[in-house]
Amino acid sequence: MEKPQTDPMATVEGLSGKASAALGRRVFMRYIGATAAAGVALSACHSELVDPAVTGSGRAGDAIDLGDIGSNDVNVLNYAYALEQLEAAFYTQAAMMPYSGITDAERKILTDIRDHEIVHRELFKAALGSAAIPGLTPNFSSINFNSRASVLGTARVFENIGVSAYNGAGQYIRTPDYLVLAGKIVSVEARHAAIIATLLEPMGTAFAGDNVIFPSTGLEEIRNPEEVLSLVKPYVQEILNGRNGRR
Amino acid sequence: MNLQNILTEIEKVDGDALGRIEHMSRRSIFQSLLKKTVAGAGAAAFAGVLNKTYAQSSSVADVLNYALTLEYLEAEFYNMSLAAPGLIPMAAMPYYQQIAKHENAHVALLKSALGSAAVPKPTFDFTAGGAFGTVFTNVQTNYALANAFEDTGVRAYKGQATNLMSAPAILTVALQIHSVEARHAAQIRYLRGYPGWIVNAQENGLPQAIYSGEDNVTQGGVNLAAAFPNINQLRITEAFDEPLTMQQVLAIAGPFIKSLNR
Repeated sequence: MEKPQTDPMATVEGLSGKASAALGRRVFMRYIGATAAAGVALSACHSELVDPAVTGSGRAGDAIDLGDIGSNDVNVLNYAYALEQLEAAFYTQAAMMPYSGITDAERKILTDIRDHEIVHRELFKAALGSAAIPGLTPNFSSINFNSRASVLGTARVFENIGVSAYNGAGQYIRTPDYLVLAGKIVSVEARHAAIIATLLEPMGTAFAGDNVIFPSTGLEEIRNPEEVLSLVKPYVQEILNGRNGRR
Repeated sequence: MNLQNILTEIEKVDGDALGRIEHMSRRSIFQSLLKKTVAGAGAAAFAGVLNKTYAQSSSVADVLNYALTLEYLEAEFYNMSLAAPGLIPMAAMPYYQQIAKHENAHVALLKSALGSAAVPKPTFDFTAGGAFGTVFTNVQTNYALANAFEDTGVRAYKGQATNLMSAPAILTVALQIHSVEARHAAQIRYLRGYPGWIVNAQENGLPQAIYSGEDNVTQGGVNLAAAFPNINQLRITEAFDEPLTMQQVLAIAGPFIKSLNR
């Protein structure tokens, strides 16, 4: 059965051509000293409104290679770290620049989610230590932060991608504790996805719609890393590469 | 109800059975199930794959039967709620119908996967011996129980993830159910006027056991409350859903199970 295409990012062009070019000139980034130092500063000076990850320690145009996502836990964690960075940066900006007509309830939801995503991001950063990829520089130029439809629509896309990415990557994880940790996070992302969707479409089934849950099995969609990275690519200034696990 | 039976049954975890499964066959199942089209194709594909490879593995079957028992409970709860005249208001109908559709699909999927090894549907008592006597006449009681079952379901699946690591295809399916339960949970909580996520171990009028441990702030060995003093500690607890063991879940679900019918 064909899924209804309600996901505006589903039409984004695949990575294929650009990815292989990027792989040819890929740069392995292991910011051992720099990232660790940045991490300390980041933890020490984190405040409600100034989120250091928005500036990032990576640079636009840099290639960041996540490697074969299935080959070891560091790669899976960095994959999750990349997605959490993007989400945290998005909600930080959305909370800083509330859209026109935002209600108190909506503002609370967006700031709650922002904090959840920041906590997720910082946890992965801490867990990865010197193996962490650099801070990403978001590209949110396609988002109108003054528009409710644009902000919540993008939030919905990010949450759906996040859930499908975690669901697809769970089986790559080798360390039981990390699998449990991913499980603790993915269900919170799914809660976000449901609430954001219900803000957009309060009266229907959008919270767990047929566009993301296969109606015949009741299973949520899964995406492999290459699909996920091609979907998030327009939102990141660095060139984020990674390959599907071949476990 | 014989809770001890189900506990004993479920605890027969045979790690060796998993080890016996040949690596290459696991790998090919994993690859075919990873494809969305196959995962969406219906219960039959999943069942076929499962029956062939996991027939000998008692521990995977046990986990799936545990999941099936919880899905039976949820499906029957929503079916009965929808059938109760005038109970669910129009506004909540689409939520209940969608959730019921998913829970019934989960039952069908797990049943067909398990084949003859599937446990029969228990006889449920949604009043839990009278404690929730108005479950099908008072909509707030009904929402509260829906909330209880969904949040428990999320924690139950999460608690089994590591038991499925040797069976990546099954693990993926379990994760795909797990996130759907979380979506349901969020929506029902929202319907009740609560945040979609679990704040601390706040039980919101439900049995405290459902939220036991949800106030945890230490993840991956890092005390996040200490590490990030500028972030409200409540947000830290919300950011992670905690697992429950089978014993904890069965203690919660037990009062609603009148007979296992085995």
